Amino acid sequence: MQGSPRCIAAVGTVYASTGPFVEVLKLEGRFDMSEAAHPRTLFEKLWDNHVVHAEEGRQTILYIDLHLVHEVTSPQAFEGLRLAGRQVRRPELTIATADHNVPTSDRSLPILDPISKQQIDTLSNNCKEFGVKYYDLNDVRQGIVHVIGPEMGYTQPGMTIVCGDSHTSTHGAFGALAFGIGTSEVEHVLATQTLLQYKPKTLELRVDGQVGRGVTAKDIVLYLIGQISTSGGTGYCVEYTGEAIRALTMENRMTVCNMSIEAGARAGMIAPDEVTYEYLKGREFVPADFDAAVAKWRKLPSDEGATYDKSLVYDAANIAPQITWGTNPGQVTSVDKKVPMPAEFSDETEQKTTALALEYMGLNGGESLTDIKLDRVFIGSCTNARIEDLRAAAAVAKGHKVAGSVSAMVVPGSGQVKKQAEEEGLDQVFKEAGFDWREAGCSMCLAMNPDKLDPGERCASTSNRNFEGRQGKGGRTHLVSPEMAAAAAVAGHFVDVREWN
Amino acid sequence: MNAFTTHAGKVVSLDRANVDTDQIIPKQFLKRIERTGFGEFLFWDWARRDDGTLNMAFELNRPEAAGASILLTRRNFGSGSSREHAPWALEDYGFRVIVAPSFADIFYNNCFKNGLLPIPLSEEQIEELFQRAAKHEGYQLTADLEKQTLTDEHGFTASFEVEPFRRHCLMNGLDDIALTLEQVDKIDAFEAARA
Ligand code: SF4
Repeated sequence: MQGSPRCIAAVGTVYASTGPFVEVLKLEGRFDMSEAAHPRTLFEKLWDNHVVHAEEGRQTILYIDLHLVHEVTSPQAFEGLRLAGRQVRRPELTIATADHNVPTSDRSLPILDPISKQQIDTLSNNCKEFGVKYYDLNDVRQGIVHVIGPEMGYTQPGMTIVCGDSHTSTHGAFGALAFGIGTSEVEHVLATQTLLQYKPKTLELRVDGQVGRGVTAKDIVLYLIGQISTSGGTGYCVEYTGEAIRALTMENRMTVCNMSIEAGARAGMIAPDEVTYEYLKGREFVPADFDAAVAKWRKLPSDEGATYDKSLVYDAANIAPQITWGTNPGQVTSVDKKVPMPAEFSDETEQKTTALALEYMGLNGGESLTDIKLDRVFIGSCTNARIEDLRAAAAVAKGHKVAGSVSAMVVPGSGQVKKQAEEEGLDQVFKEAGFDWREAGCSMCLAMNPDKLDPGERCASTSNRNFEGRQGKGGRTHLVSPEMAAAAAVAGHFVDVREWN
Repeated sequence: MNAFTTHAGKVVSLDRANVDTDQIIPKQFLKRIERTGFGEFLFWDWARRDDGTLNMAFELNRPEAAGASILLTRRNFGSGSSREHAPWALEDYGFRVIVAPSFADIFYNNCFKNGLLPIPLSEEQIEELFQRAAKHEGYQLTADLEKQTLTDEHGFTASFEVEPFRRHCLMNGLDDIALTLEQVDKIDAFEAARA
C-alpha cells in the first residue's frame, strides 16, 4: 500500500452538460478513511494486488503475471540480457510467438525476405537460449499475440499482462491490467518479472442502453475515440462500463479494449463476469481448480461507491456504424455523415491537422462517406480477426461477389481461428465471394510482410490504425467493422450495413 | 544510457500535431535486430521521395535545419505504436530534446530510457517558440534538467515539469534494471507470499 491515507470519498457530484456527453465531475473528497475501507475500482484492486515495492517519490515496482513476446520488439531486449549476463527470471510466465513479420501465404515455403527471416529466427533462438515457450509458424496455435493469449487461456482476470506492443490493452477485456511497453521495459520484465510504473488515473467510459442493429463493438470504440480524441485517454487507465458494454460477447469486449491505446490510454479494461468465465472454461492454460479461480475473480469488479478520477457517459442509441475519414482513429464519423471540412473545426491546430489528413486521404471534405470507392478490403488484425468477426463478415458476404474493382483478403487472427473457420465452412463462403483466404498473422494491419497497399490505394480495413503509410506508403486506410468491410467489398464503396440484405 | 544535465542546441520546427511513431520510424525499418543505426530512417516517408532521394521541402532536410538537436513540435507527439525504435531513431539522428504541448504515454516513457528529454509546455508557450524559431536564424534553446528550465538568448524562459525520480535517473544515466535488482529481496518475498 502506498503513502498515507488519501482523500477518497466524493462529497458531491456535478453533472455538467458539455457538448455530446455528460461529464460527471468529481469534487475533491474531504474524508479520510483507511485504504482498506474505501471502495475500490477494478483498476485499484489490480494495482494494489501487484505492488512489490512502493516508495514516496519513486516509481512503484509492479509484479507482472504474464509477459507476451513477439519478434519485432524483443531482439534488443534479449541482447541486453546477454550483454549484462542476466537470465529470464520467470521463463514460465513468458510466452512468445512471431506474428508481425510472418508471410500469410503458404507456410511450407521459405520466408523470402532475408531480414524478416533473420528476425523470426532470432526470436526462436532467443527463446531456446532463455527457456521461453515459443509458438512457431508450424504450430496451429501460432497467431497474433493478442489473439492467442486469450485463446489458450493464458489471459485471465486479475492478472498484470505486458507485451512490447501497444495493443496489449486487448487483454484488459478479461478484467486484467494489460498494457504495452517499450523494448527497454521488455528487458526489465524479462530480467526482474516486474515493471517500474507511475500509477495512472482512472477514467470510466460508460455506455448506457443498447446499440441498434448493425452497430458493433468496433463502432462503439471508434465512436468513443471520436468523442474523446486520440489523446483524451492520455495518463488514464480506462474502464468501460454500462449496459451496452456488459451486453458484449468476450470477443467483442476484446475489440473494445484493443483500441484503448488509440485514445491514448495506458490500458483499458472491462470487469469480469459470467461471460468471461464461460469463455475461459476448458481452455488449455486456465487454472486447474477453475471454480476456485472464479470465486477469486468474482471479487475483482469495482466496489459499490468506488469512484473514478473522471467519468464520461454516452448513450448507445446515438452510435451508428463508424468510418474513419482521416489519418488518426479519432478522425471518424457515422456512415450516414459527410467527410468534414477543416473550417468545421474551431481549433487552429485541428484545422491544420484536418487539412493535412484530407490531402493525404485524397478527399476534399464534404463528400458522402457512402460515395467513397475502394480498391482494397482487409479483414484481419488483433482488433477484428477472431472467429466471431469472421462469422459476422461471412454472413454479410454470403451469396455475394466482391466487386470487380476491389481486391479483398481475410487474414484470421490465429491458426486456431483459421481452423475453426474452415470447420464451419467460412473459408468457402469467403472464397466463393472472391476474398483471398490467408494464413494467420498481422499482415496488412501494419504491412511489414508482403501484404501492403500501393501508393494511392484506398482500403476499408478492420484493423486499428489509419496512420499515414500504415498499410503501405501512400496507402489510404478507412477503419470499419468486419460487417462494414465485407459490405464495402461487395458494393465497391462504403454502404450503411444497417440497410444490408 | 547517456546522462543528461543541460543541453544547448539548434531548434528545428515540425509544425504537425499527433505525429505517430509509424511516421517517426516506419515499419520497414523495424526488422533490424540492433539498437543503433536507426537515425538515417527517421521520418522516412516524409523525408524521402518515392525514388528514395531527399525531399528538400521536409522541415528536417532544409539547409538551415542542419545540426539541429532540439525538435519543436505540436500536441500528442509519439502516439500509436509502442516501438522504442522511435526514440532510438530520434536519438541516433542527433536529437536530445523534444519540446511539445503533450506527448503520448509510452513514447514519453521510452524517451527517458534513451537519454532523450521530452519537455511539455503549454500550447501558448509552444506557439511563442514556433514564432521565435521562425524569426531568428539558427534559433537556439537551452534545456537545463537540473533547474527544469528552457531558455533562449532573447529573453524566453519557461519552467517545465518532470517527475523527480525520472529526472534523477536521467541526470545520472541510471540503469533501471540495476535499480530494481537492488530490491530483489522484495520480489522474492512477493513471489513467496503468492506461491
Ligand atoms: S494485428 Fe496490427 S495492431 Fe495487432 S499486434 Fe499485429 S500489427 Fe499490432
